[in-house]
Amino acid sequence: MSQKTYTYYPGCSLQHGNHAYEVSNRAVAKALGFELAEIDDWNCCGATEYFSLNRLPAYALVARNLARAADGGATEVVAPCSACFLNLYKTDKHMKLYPKLNDQVNEALGAGNLSYKPGTLKVRHLLEMIITDVGFDMLKDRTRRPLYGLNFAPYYGCLIARPDNVLDSTEQPTLMDQMIEVLGAKATDFHLKTFCCGGHMTQISEETAYGMIHRIIKNAVDSGADAIVTICPMCQMNLDVYQGYANDMFGTKYEIPVMFFTQVIGLALGLSPRELGFGQEFVNMSGLIDKIQSSPPPKAKAARRPKEALPMPVMPE
Amino acid sequence: MSEQRVGVYVCHCGHNIAGTVDVEHVAEWSANLPNVVISRDNKFMCASTGQEQIEEDIKEFDLTHVVVASCSPHMHEKTFRNACARAGLNPYLFEMANIREHASWVHASDKDGATNKAKSLVSAAVHRVIHQEPLQPMQVDIRPETLVVGGGIAGIQTALEIADAGYHVYLVEREPSIGGHMAMFDKTFPTLDCSACILTPKMFDAGSHPHITLLSYSEVEQVDGYVGNFTVRVRRKARHVDEDLCTGCGSCWEKCPIKVIDTVFEAGLGSRKAIYRPFPQAVPKYPIIDVENCTYYKSGKCRMCEKVCPTEAIRFDQEDEILEVEVGNIVLATGFQLFDPRRIPNYGYGRLENVFTNLEFERLSNAAGPTEGKIVLRDGVTEPESVAIVHCVGSRDKNYNSHCSAICCMASLKFAHLVMEKTGAKVYNFYIDMRSISKGYEEFYHRIMEEGASFIRGKVSEITDAAHTPEEEGKLILVCEDTLIGRPRRVPVDMVILSAGLEPRADAQEVGYMFGAGCGDTGFFTERHPKLDPVATVTEGVFIAGACQGAKDIPDSVAQGAAAAARVLATISKKQVNLEPVRAEIDESRCSGCRICNNMCPYHAIDFIEADGVSRVNPALCKGCGTCVAACPSQVINGAHFTFDQLIAEIDGIMVDVTAGALEVV
Repeated sequence: MSQKTYTYYPGCSLQHGNHAYEVSNRAVAKALGFELAEIDDWNCCGATEYFSLNRLPAYALVARNLARAADGGATEVVAPCSACFLNLYKTDKHMKLYPKLNDQVNEALGAGNLSYKPGTLKVRHLLEMIITDVGFDMLKDRTRRPLYGLNFAPYYGCLIARPDNVLDSTEQPTLMDQMIEVLGAKATDFHLKTFCCGGHMTQISEETAYGMIHRIIKNAVDSGADAIVTICPMCQMNLDVYQGYANDMFGTKYEIPVMFFTQVIGLALGLSPRELGFGQEFVNMSGLIDKIQSSPPPKAKAARRPKEALPMPVMPE
Repeated sequence: MSEQRVGVYVCHCGHNIAGTVDVEHVAEWSANLPNVVISRDNKFMCASTGQEQIEEDIKEFDLTHVVVASCSPHMHEKTFRNACARAGLNPYLFEMANIREHASWVHASDKDGATNKAKSLVSAAVHRVIHQEPLQPMQVDIRPETLVVGGGIAGIQTALEIADAGYHVYLVEREPSIGGHMAMFDKTFPTLDCSACILTPKMFDAGSHPHITLLSYSEVEQVDGYVGNFTVRVRRKARHVDEDLCTGCGSCWEKCPIKVIDTVFEAGLGSRKAIYRPFPQAVPKYPIIDVENCTYYKSGKCRMCEKVCPTEAIRFDQEDEILEVEVGNIVLATGFQLFDPRRIPNYGYGRLENVFTNLEFERLSNAAGPTEGKIVLRDGVTEPESVAIVHCVGSRDKNYNSHCSAICCMASLKFAHLVMEKTGAKVYNFYIDMRSISKGYEEFYHRIMEEGASFIRGKVSEITDAAHTPEEEGKLILVCEDTLIGRPRRVPVDMVILSAGLEPRADAQEVGYMFGAGCGDTGFFTERHPKLDPVATVTEGVFIAGACQGAKDIPDSVAQGAAAAARVLATISKKQVNLEPVRAEIDESRCSGCRICNNMCPYHAIDFIEADGVSRVNPALCKGCGTCVAACPSQVINGAHFTFDQLIAEIDGIMVDVTAGALEVV
């Protein structure tokens, strides 16, 4: 792959609370041979709330980023945060779908001598971009430290799969599962992989938020995971920072690290924990490195079903 | 050309046309079209008074051609052609302008536009009709044999009705035994009589009837010919068992060492051997060898069945046979396939072990099934204490199938009854709407409610094993919005039954194409008329019956099977059938013998005559599609009733400026 430059929209959270994500994205980009070029003078995407409060300014706020990116001649823009991704994607789509909105947004942009023609940019999530453009073959090829023996719960969160599905399935996507397996680790059968982490609910109703966080952590641990892999800074923060609070509320003692997918890729590529922003998390993830085995663990034999058990479904294709 | 005298009749069709199109104006305006000697409007042209008007006018005004502007020719072309014929006018001197489907119905909001379009269409017909020539229908003999494709309950019923009337039937079934889905069921709603008990006598009759040739484990490969004279090629797949010698004793499958999960008859819940008979009452009783799983075909060893067979009936070297049969009529009764619930991943089928399909439950509850009728969880031993039945899985859902599968409500009620009767478990039905519309169905619904089943109105969004509370641990939790109380609910149960919907068979398009039956937008075969001609197709001599026409239950399938049989018997008893004289004809004096048309013809109706160096159309095979007419580089093929003169005149007619006072060709 020749050195390719992607127009990059990091989003606010990667600058502050989730700086580890930014660090690992940069490190992995360098190792895989592509460049992330930040949009000049980008601004907040409005997160989840602004659209519910005041729609037109919310669209205009997001469109400003699209306009600035398109101004630089880009044809696609990559976002590592699911909320940013969704807002950029939605704004582009809705401007195309609703001409009136398009006119209003462009009028607002006009005040800053900007304009955006919907459809100019293809909005992509970093996960989808790496899987599609870099590809599994290349990931496998560049793997220096296969993550043998590690079990990861692939947590996609709710924003990337809905309403428009950019992965392989809305309900049970498997692209990240496949990626985890390519890197030598095992993806667990994690049922709540597309469930909501609670978003900003922690600021509104702790009880509701901790309930949502707790069920995801419990389901991930029950699935046999050593760590949860996320693709969204919001998900990572909720599951990591509030894990202890959720434990307190439910009387549990879960202690499962919550990683960014680029940290997992980076580990497999042989990058050092420091290069990947390890140490900024609440639930320590360094212990995982010691769990990596030198060779693939023997394939667990499928549990033998008792003699009297009925077969699991095999429907004719 | 002698003087042309055209009569024009514009129909109101009650308000259907007159509500939008200014019918009186169209009739008045049409009176000025060339050659028109009389132009009238009428409330209902298809009524006897309307038809009689045509007959009287033909005599009184000495009409040479007739145009009726009304509905679609599919509806009433025959009616008006007959009216002309009764007055002594050749029916092909009649032309129809469709001002209902093509004008009033589609332009209901634009009265002036619709009226203008109606005028254009009448003008086109008037211009065209004077070029039409008298044609005589062809008569062909009807062979008395019939082919029935599909040996489920619909096909069996069709075959028996025809055979009982004394005519021969070839009954082709893809599987090793006839019986279809009905043979797999436990009880039938709403009477709860045993499905096998009412079906197997019919299967036996079909298998032993002197007038039925049963071609099981066979598939139709090719169909040629036309109504009355079809030639059908059937592949009889090798059973690897000599049917003349086999007694169906069962020694072979008892001793066969290879056990295979039976995904067809046992819906994946039970097993069979590599040599097997799908079920004890199978018709015919002979087993088949499953070549994919048999050790002999993998390694050349074993031959256990051969060793134990007392009549030496095993034939490892048997090959498929090709059989050609000649039939006069064909009935398609190819049935349905079950929606694959794995397409809805949030229902967890295939992942959560205690989620079952409706077909799996039928086998579970069936006394001859893998658990001998015990309703147990997938572990094979535990009786459920609570069971959820999810309706409309893959039906009435625009993500999958928009149609209602017609049987699921009643089948789900039946499941509720069987679960409560056999296990005493608590039953929850998750429904969208209850549809219990046939005889005895609503009463059955009430009976099940009185028996204590719970009904929750709400579409299940998810079935999960991720518990929220200690009570949910180890259970399957159904998440839905209960729309009657207006709240989200989580209902933990031990077992879930998905009432998966009925779909057209995956190969319905292909099969339909082979037989000349089309598939509608839902994928089921299309009937000629949804209300008035539900078992005929657009191809003469090809009929449809049962769930291949649309999702339906057993009574409706039987009724359609019998209806298709009645239609077939009617044509057989007429002994002859009239074929439309709309055929292509080659002017042999001008044919260069290039043979382009030979290959273009989709019905293989054109042969090259070596001796004369020209191509010739077999009028019995020709369907009048016009492909060859368009393809002929010398333009020497004439499509009767669709001649160049007629089409050009029709276009001239439609180009008349209907808004101008004067009649001018634009």
